[in-house]
Amino acid sequence: MGQVVNNGVNVDALLAAREALKNTPAAGEFTWRASCKWLNGTHARSTIQGFRGLGEEQSHKSEFSFDTDHPQVFASEDNGATPVEVVLVGLASCLTAGVAAVAQNRGIQLRSVEARLEGKMNIAGILGADGDVRNGYDSIKVTFHVDADASKKDIEALVAQSQKRSAVFDIITNPTNVTVEVV
Amino acid sequence: MSRVLTGHSIDHVVLERGEVANSWRQERWDSLRLLTPNWLSRLPGYAYAGSDPDGYMNLAEVVSFIAGFAAETSAPVRTDTTVTAVRSIEGGYQVVTQLGEIRCRSLVLATGAANTPRVPDLHRAVPQAVQCLTTFSYRNPDQLPSGGVLIVGAAATGVQLADEIHRSGRPVTLCVGEHVRLPRTYRGRDILWWMENSGVWNQRYDQIEDLERARRLPSPQLVGTPEHSTLELNTLSAAGIEIVGKLAAVRDGCALFSGGLANQFALADLKMERLLDTFDAWARDSHIDIEVGPAERFPPTRAPLSTRLSLDLRSGEIGSIVWATGYRPDYRWLNVPVITHKGELRHDGGVVTEAPGMYVLGLPVLRRRKSTFINGAEADARDLAGHLAGYLAACAGPQQDCATRRRQESFEIPPHL
Repeated sequence: MGQVVNNGVNVDALLAAREALKNTPAAGEFTWRASCKWLNGTHARSTIQGFRGLGEEQSHKSEFSFDTDHPQVFASEDNGATPVEVVLVGLASCLTAGVAAVAQNRGIQLRSVEARLEGKMNIAGILGADGDVRNGYDSIKVTFHVDADASKKDIEALVAQSQKRSAVFDIITNPTNVTVEVV
Repeated sequence: MSRVLTGHSIDHVVLERGEVANSWRQERWDSLRLLTPNWLSRLPGYAYAGSDPDGYMNLAEVVSFIAGFAAETSAPVRTDTTVTAVRSIEGGYQVVTQLGEIRCRSLVLATGAANTPRVPDLHRAVPQAVQCLTTFSYRNPDQLPSGGVLIVGAAATGVQLADEIHRSGRPVTLCVGEHVRLPRTYRGRDILWWMENSGVWNQRYDQIEDLERARRLPSPQLVGTPEHSTLELNTLSAAGIEIVGKLAAVRDGCALFSGGLANQFALADLKMERLLDTFDAWARDSHIDIEVGPAERFPPTRAPLSTRLSLDLRSGEIGSIVWATGYRPDYRWLNVPVITHKGELRHDGGVVTEAPGMYVLGLPVLRRRKSTFINGAEADARDLAGHLAGYLAACAGPQQDCATRRRQESFEIPPHL
């Protein structure tokens, strides 16, 4: 533990934020936003810039844009990842960021972290071909390869803690109320 | 606390809404036994003296143990006295009871952490036809209607009730969120022998890195039985109890469970192994390796390939739900601004710093990991009584005869009390 561990995560700032929220719980209320524009066919472009948190409007440094589409086997033009793949991206990146943050907090130096994700789905659901099949994933499997200055046990604990504190893991494993309006 | 205050020659009364050991008499299920072995049932100058030091007291034995201590120490208990309000007044507190009021310089809240069941708000969405019980209203399986039973929560209470209700012949589904897995015995000794002797149980609140988390930990999955058996999720699921993830929502009459169960298992298994590693290291360093059995490791909690994610509560499959989702304290009678927006008392190791002269006992990890166990009361009471005595002495002022002044003024008890 002698040398300084640096995974590029500012854990002190995160811990300070946790402490600060105890006194001002309202500052913890965040609103995340995304906008989406239909382009053509199943091709759409989503953009992200502003969000609300710490009691005021906030902004990313710049606007981020994501194209989504369906692959050619769906008779589409394949101008981007499918939305269900973007869900895997959300889960993978959330868990991976969590691994880095927890490792930093536990004094574990990471050398590499790679995650592979597989989501199983029967498209009979979305096609309306079988009412007993759900639209979404039946299951998602995440496989991590972590190279770090730590025992296998510690790495397992790292990955377990990352799931425990992951927003996207929670969103996917637990139901969320969704309202959709037309205005 | 009363026994220790008597040792300090501090006049006091103990107010009890019912009889001595009331919550043990009124608010527990029939088959409950202590999680701690008898030899650990120790109070100041008082200990278990029966013939089965390794056994676990049943309810009747707990009641007689505590009542026996009250009698032996001649504790000044006023039974059938319910506190309805506590207010700050000049120089102390006014305690209102249904029999009148008491004024005191100092006040110890020993009402504990389990005054009322903590049932999540989502219970309101449960269909009317399903009978709901809490750990306060549940006594035994005979109370339950026929049909399946959904047990929400897998701490000590949840796993014990799952086992008991399953044995009564009812199909049981157990919702499992974050939990603490522990074997009943380890290397031939009770797990609480390890807790006590390795020093883990005595770890102080100001030495614990994440105190808030330690205070929120669910009680360990343990049961006290004559067989010293381990009650773990692998055993329950092998017996035919269906394990599902944490109850996340009730929507349109359907219970929806979390899909994150495998990680809850992984976290609990890893945590248990770390604790056993700590015990092994302690045994090695203190040269008692030869006195205890060889180190053991237990199989991981087996995660089903896929767990059920929803259960239709309108189908008749489930006749009742038992909420084993923990307890919370009830401070509605405490009219002193020391309660957080989450309903918790602000204190520093039992000293309610914002209300001078006020103390609290019996909350999770109040001063030590063992604070909520019978065996943990003495050390906390001694620490806090020392603080309390110092406070009273400071109140009395340097020129005063503290003892005399305390005796004269600490209580103004109406004669009818």
